[in-house]
Amino acid sequence: MYTSPHLVLPRIDNLADIDVYMANGGYQQYRKALGMTPDEVIDVVKKSGLRGRGGACFPTGLKWSFMPKGNDKPKYLAINGDESEPGSFKDRQIFESNPHQLIEGILIAGYAMGIEKAFIYIRGEYHAWVDMMQRAVDQAYAKGVVGSAMTQTFGGSYTIDIVVHKGAGAYICGEETSLMNSLEGDRAYPRYKPPFPANKGLWGMPTTINNVETIATVPPILAIGADAYAAIGAPGHTGTILFGVSGHVNKPGVYELETGTLLTDIIYNHCGGVPGNKRIKAIIPGGSSMPPLRGDEIDGVRMDEESLKPLGTHIGTAGIMVMDEDTDLVKVTLRIAHFYHHESCGQCTPCREGCGWMEKILHRIDHGDATVQDLDLLLSVAGNIEGNTICALGDAAAWPVQGFVRKFRDEFEARCKPSRSFLSLNVVHGRRATASTLVQST
Amino acid sequence: MMIEFTADELHHVEALKAKYPDSKAAIMPVLWMAQKKWGWLSEDVMQYVGSVMNLPYAHVKGVATFYTMYFKKPMGKHHVQVCTNVSCMLRGGTEIFQAVKERLGCENNSATADGTFSLEEVECMGACGGAPMIAINETFHENVTMEKVNALLDSLR
Repeated sequence: MYTSPHLVLPRIDNLADIDVYMANGGYQQYRKALGMTPDEVIDVVKKSGLRGRGGACFPTGLKWSFMPKGNDKPKYLAINGDESEPGSFKDRQIFESNPHQLIEGILIAGYAMGIEKAFIYIRGEYHAWVDMMQRAVDQAYAKGVVGSAMTQTFGGSYTIDIVVHKGAGAYICGEETSLMNSLEGDRAYPRYKPPFPANKGLWGMPTTINNVETIATVPPILAIGADAYAAIGAPGHTGTILFGVSGHVNKPGVYELETGTLLTDIIYNHCGGVPGNKRIKAIIPGGSSMPPLRGDEIDGVRMDEESLKPLGTHIGTAGIMVMDEDTDLVKVTLRIAHFYHHESCGQCTPCREGCGWMEKILHRIDHGDATVQDLDLLLSVAGNIEGNTICALGDAAAWPVQGFVRKFRDEFEARCKPSRSFLSLNVVHGRRATASTLVQST
Repeated sequence: MMIEFTADELHHVEALKAKYPDSKAAIMPVLWMAQKKWGWLSEDVMQYVGSVMNLPYAHVKGVATFYTMYFKKPMGKHHVQVCTNVSCMLRGGTEIFQAVKERLGCENNSATADGTFSLEEVECMGACGGAPMIAINETFHENVTMEKVNALLDSLR
């Protein structure tokens, strides 16, 4: 069933139906895993070089190995299907076309770590996809491949239960500790780390949180073997990735390709180029929180984490947003800042206040009321958010603003006045002012 | 209006609680149930959910107000959600939002006077490959144009 690059989304019709999935060798990789020890399964995932597909690119096998051994406490697995990063729409494709591969991945991951219960957290907006996933889980229970019937179906003594949990509209829930609070029934505020989830996660118990695509990649790794998987794609970031391409391309959509594919190849070959053959002004390579690339620096850029890092950006969720030469980047940056202001959970002051402040400054720039000093103020605010918050939302808000202003400063400056001017002279203030340069009569 | 779940629904609430190691975790699915039944989460509904869940009202309200998809005021029968985030914005989402707003004659996050429609400018819905998109209640409509949106809204009157 698995030939690269179609590992997560094999090209088989109706694969979402459990009978079709099983007819194509589905749930055989869990059988294979049962023939190994849990540590051997973790070693296979480590050797495959699989890195998390949720954005942080953390080595998955290593993450699994952090879980304590033994069964003296219940252990949980949370599958992150919150997928709220603007520009990302890949996990949806898995819920829709290959949900059983995700379930099989959960069985294998669960067996490797000794998990008793897994929770699939899906964003609330995905009503239909929550239902699709729930249907797949129900089918799996009915077939006896999940739950207490597993011992009869597959042998062995290991069982796992799966619960599908629906969110209700909050970007922050994609942050792993916030997801845990949301799942536990609290307001979804991110938690301090340490303690790390592997020690103290859901309900205070050892927990691993993995992205949907990461877990759905595990069955093919067992099927083709760690070495064969590690040989696919870029050496430092192996395998295939679901690229979600949106914006100014002729054929937007989800494309499963090997890591290290040329960005230009994705845009011009797979996605059919830019409408009207326009030039590209900017590209966000991995969801809206990642710093952009200029259109004139994309030649030869390979889409994997190790290749993007030296360019000052990251693969993120592999949500590629393409902007043509006519795009107003001030408006784009303002829209991104508005999003993070809206989605800041309000727990940390730098993010809660800073995101709103950045939006206000960008609003001023967009309306032509700003001065060039405001651009420096904007960068200063962004710099004071970055790294000063509990979770990464602060960084996610600061990076795109910093990235756009630094890479397209001329465009921002063109929208600014050289210095502040007031409609009428503030006499009282003017007399007191020591910084006379601030006040200029028009 | 009597705010109470039926016996069947209460049974379902207990089943939801049993899915999690701690029953508090069922608050989100129970709030979804309540919203489906009563259309929005009034103070009375939140009080009632608190009593069913054995949680303080303050906690229920805290959770309900954290998430954008739980309505804290009555919304229209057809809740029109227009995405204006970057991918949709690049393909005309902002213009669609403005046009829908003018057509419905209501402000963002509010309902029309007759309660048929309500409008919300939503953040990314995860349909960027089908931008611009709108959602009406729970259904996504992707690759829309203003003509398609108008036809959709016509069919719902």
